This record gives sequence, structure tokens and C-alpha cells, in this order.
Amino acid sequence: MSGLFMLVIRRDLMLAMRRRADVLTTLIFFVMVVSLFPLGVGPEMDMLRKMAPGVLWVAALLSSMLSLGRLFSADHLDGTLEQMMLAPQSLSMLVLGKMAAHWMVSGLPLVLMAPVLGIQFDMSAEALGILIVGLLLGTPILSMIGGIGAALTLGLRGGGVLLSLLVLPLCIPVLIFGTGAVEAVSTGLSVASHLSLLGALLVLALAFTPWVTAQALRISME
Amino acid sequence: MAINWFKYSAPTTFYGLAGKLIPWFGISAAILFAVGLYIGFFVAPTDYQQGEFYRIIFIHVPSSIISMFLYLIMAGYAAMGLIFNTRLSSMMATAIAPTGALFAFISLWTGALWGKPMWGAWWVWDARLTSELILLFLYLGYIALHASIDDPRRADRASALLAIVGSVNVPIIYFSVQWWNTLHQGSTIKFSGTSMHVAMQQAMFITLVACWLYAIAVILARVRSIILERERHTKWITELPEVKN
Repeated sequence: MSGLFMLVIRRDLMLAMRRRADVLTTLIFFVMVVSLFPLGVGPEMDMLRKMAPGVLWVAALLSSMLSLGRLFSADHLDGTLEQMMLAPQSLSMLVLGKMAAHWMVSGLPLVLMAPVLGIQFDMSAEALGILIVGLLLGTPILSMIGGIGAALTLGLRGGGVLLSLLVLPLCIPVLIFGTGAVEAVSTGLSVASHLSLLGALLVLALAFTPWVTAQALRISME
Repeated sequence: MAINWFKYSAPTTFYGLAGKLIPWFGISAAILFAVGLYIGFFVAPTDYQQGEFYRIIFIHVPSSIISMFLYLIMAGYAAMGLIFNTRLSSMMATAIAPTGALFAFISLWTGALWGKPMWGAWWVWDARLTSELILLFLYLGYIALHASIDDPRRADRASALLAIVGSVNVPIIYFSVQWWNTLHQGSTIKFSGTSMHVAMQQAMFITLVACWLYAIAVILARVRSIILERERHTKWITELPEVKN
């Protein structure tokens, strides 16, 4: 079981490394969206510091939407997905592997990039630390919930916009708890509650989304 | 005597039944609306705090309640369609979505009209307003997904899955938004009793029933159109008197 999981991750990572431009585009999009905010609202540091967690989280949400379309579409187009579904191994496990690879390619770079952008917004070291922990817990959830949307909209015209329309409302709790944790640091409250809730959402997502996504793939492929 | 419980679960028989029921639901909705709004506007006393502005609750509260329940009912029908593969359940889910979205929109609209004089702002980022807005987004996502898939069978099943995922998410969203911010007044009607005047209660209850009857009438009418559209190639449709002529 875990052999299959690792195999899918290795395969998807290798495919992603062969097309590095796709990975970089998502990251550049993230940096650009974040950099647009100071230009839009003005350079006052006090306001920017207050806005920083929200801006970074919303930008992370949007850029993970951007790369979700690719989660299944390439495999769908060349017929690999059909072969994967015929395989005797569990489709949920395979889907989980694809989600993990997707997070490593599109979520993890954002987490690593976030501190640099946070410094631009003059965030304190403590707040930055919590932001990173929150993003580490939260971005996998985005990849997993997004997987359901990607499977449901597989092969549809206008799939990308539709995908965001379906997935963004479902991601709101992640956004709330992620920014709430950073907010709590700056007001001196305990961050444990927000991070625990994010962790709980991560466990819930781990338990259910691979199976739901597998069902969605079956519906889309029949 | 054996009763056939599943007689009306087939579109063929349900089409006729729905046609007979629609006028009853429609007419009683109209009567109850008239009665409820009359009591609400002319009989119920002026509120000592909110003046005449509170009277919008006779539309606002029923439409909020119905918009939330309809989502659950829609998800229930969608789940039935997915599990038992019954055609009519999926058609019902499809028929409910626009009405639910409409009620969510009315609830937001009337809330804004009430908020301007009471809070001094058309819109505030309060927990209940925000969750109602997200509910509207969920309805729109369901409708958009259903509309963008050409094959009706796949559309039914895909949007059913989305509705189920959404309904699991609704409580999570609701509580997360509630912890995030709360400004809306708490519920006045609780199980332990209420501080409301009797006439206000009556008016609200009557308009709530009226809204339900309206919703049922509209949903039945819409499901009839969906049945006609989906089953247009079958023999029984071509033999219907309204289709023949």
C-alpha cells in the first residue's frame, strides 16, 4: 500500500521536474499577487503589517487553485488515468499520492517563500513562525479539497474557473483559522486553539477527501 | 391491502401528481402570505427598540430558515439519487437549487435593508451574514457544475457529490465564521420560550408556512419541466394531452 503511495509521488514529482516552468509559474503568481497589495492599498507599514497574514493566505489560496487543474488533466488526456483506475490497487491511495505530490510541487514552495514576503510586510519573527506553521498545516488541506473539485470538473470546458467557484467556499475555514492564528500572536492570545483546529481539519481531510475524490473520478470517467 | 409506497417515485406517475398539487400549494401560499403580512404590518405592535424597521423580519427570517433547510433537503435528494440511482431524486435536487439560491439572496437583500437603519451600514462582516453569503456561493457552485456538464447522468452524480461534500462542510463553515466574528443579534425564539409579542410570533409563523408552500409549489413546477425535458424521447410524454396539441 505504502509502496504504491511512494511510487505515485515519485512519478508525479519526476513529471513535475521535467516541466519546471509550471511549478515556477505558480510561485511567481503567488509573489506577484502579494506584491500587488501594497501598491493597491498604499505603503503605510502599520496597515501592511496588520494585513499581511490575510494577504499571504488569500494569495496562497488563489495560487493553489491555479495549479489544481493540472492535478488529473494530463493523466486524463494521455489515458494514464484510465489505466490507473483499472489497477487492482486502491484508487484512494493513488489519489492521496497524487495529492501529496501536488502539495510538494505547489504548496511547499509557497510555504518556503512566505517568510520572505512576510518580511516585506514587516511581520515580527514570532508572527512569521506561526504563519509558517499554519501554512504547513493548511496548504495540504487546500490540495486535498481541491482534489475533489479537480476530479469533478475533469475534462469540462471552462474547468479552471468552475473549479475555483466550487472549491473556494469550501476552503474558507482553513483561511479563517490560518489567519486567526497569526492574529492571535499579535494580540497576545493563545495560538494553540487555531492551530489545533487546523490540525483537526487536516486529519478530517486526510480521512475523507481521497475517498471522495476517487468516487468523483469514477463519476467523471464512466 | 398492500400499498405501493414507490408508486410516485417514478417520473411517469409523479408528473401527474405534481400537476394536481401545484395549484393547492400555490393558492394556499398566496392566502397565507396575505394573512401573515396583514398581521405583520397592521396588527403586530411597533417594537420599542427598533421601531417599524423590525417588520422586515416577516420576510427575512422565513427566507433565511428556508434557504438553509433547502440546502440540506437538496443534499438529501442528491444523496438518494447517487445511492439508489433513482431518476426522480436527482431531478428534485436540481429543481431545488435555484429556489434555495433565491431565498438565500432574498435573505441577504432584506438583511441589508434592515442593517442600514439599525447598524448604519448596508453590509457588515458579521458571522451570520457571512455564512449566508457562503451558502449562496455553495448553491451557485452546485448550479454552475450541473449546468456545465452536458451528459445529464454525469451532471446529476457529480453535483450530488458536491452537494454532499458541501453539506458536510456547512457546519464547519458556520462555526468557523461564528468564532471569527459575531455582531448579529442572537435568536429571539428559543426552545425555552420567547420574548416576542404574540402577534409578531403568529405573523412570522404564518409567513414561514407560506414561504414553504411557495417553495414546494415552485419546486414541483420546475421538476415537471425537468421531467418533460429529460424524458422527451419517451412514449408517455408524447401521449400527454398538453404535448400532443
